[in-house]
Amino acid sequence: MINTILTIALALIFLSIAIIIYRFMLGPSSVDRVISFDMMTIASISIIGIISYMSDRVIYLDIATVYGLLSFLAVIIIAKYLEKGL
Amino acid sequence: MELFGALITLLGSIILLIAAIGLVRMPDVYNRLQVGTKASTMGTLLSLLGIAIIHPTWAGKLIILILFVLFTNPVSSHVLARASHYINIRISKRTVVDKLKVTDRAFKVGEVKK
Amino acid sequence: MTYIIVSILLGIIMLLMTGIAILHKNMVVAIIAAGVVSLFASVLYLLLAAPDVALTEAAIGSGLSTIIFFYVLNKIRKNNVAE
Repeated sequence: MINTILTIALALIFLSIAIIIYRFMLGPSSVDRVISFDMMTIASISIIGIISYMSDRVIYLDIATVYGLLSFLAVIIIAKYLEKGL
Repeated sequence: MELFGALITLLGSIILLIAAIGLVRMPDVYNRLQVGTKASTMGTLLSLLGIAIIHPTWAGKLIILILFVLFTNPVSSHVLARASHYINIRISKRTVVDKLKVTDRAFKVGEVKK
Repeated sequence: MTYIIVSILLGIIMLLMTGIAILHKNMVVAIIAAGVVSLFASVLYLLLAAPDVALTEAAIGSGLSTIIFFYVLNKIRKNNVAE
């Protein structure tokens, strides 16, 4: 029962990633692409959490933390580059 | 109790789907930023909280992750909005007021008076 | 069975993003697309039960590589303005 509900949640997150990729291809400016990158990272953290429950290993959550940290750093660097140069 | 946690995870993924639909439908960069950071933060938070309810021995690590997402995501939203204001991306026609532009003009007048 | 379907979807996403990274004319968009490819490759390594490889891929591919590319792009832009 729980595995079925979590599989449905995984499918919904993949559908949302497909819609975000549509915005990535379409987006008129560079800032739209950066927003899509940030949001894909957030959805990926969610995916890693669900996979970590499904395969019953707690070490996967550490990877999600590293993931969020480096994505935050990359977004800050890109925003500073777009504003006035690093 | 486990079923309750699974339903909360499902609710979080539905909120992520709504955020993705809003990312396509919004007319402007600033509105897209609003949708893309706040709604997706809520979705991830609920999704991780559901797993913490299902499996209570993992709750410490999951709460650290939730706090991390909750602290860093508005900062990146703010920095992106500031950058996109300073490279002159136009706002939508339906937006009424632009507070940063007004403050900018006030600063310039103050500098001239010195 | 779930893992196989998820792996196939991740592979399709990575192929799409690689196409964008090769074919796009704007340099910033190409670098961001390369970062997204590395991000989903990390999830794929996680599905293949290799957490250490996934950690290294997330740290180097998605974080450090993007930052170094933007640093180099900034240097190039500054030189062009100076000349």
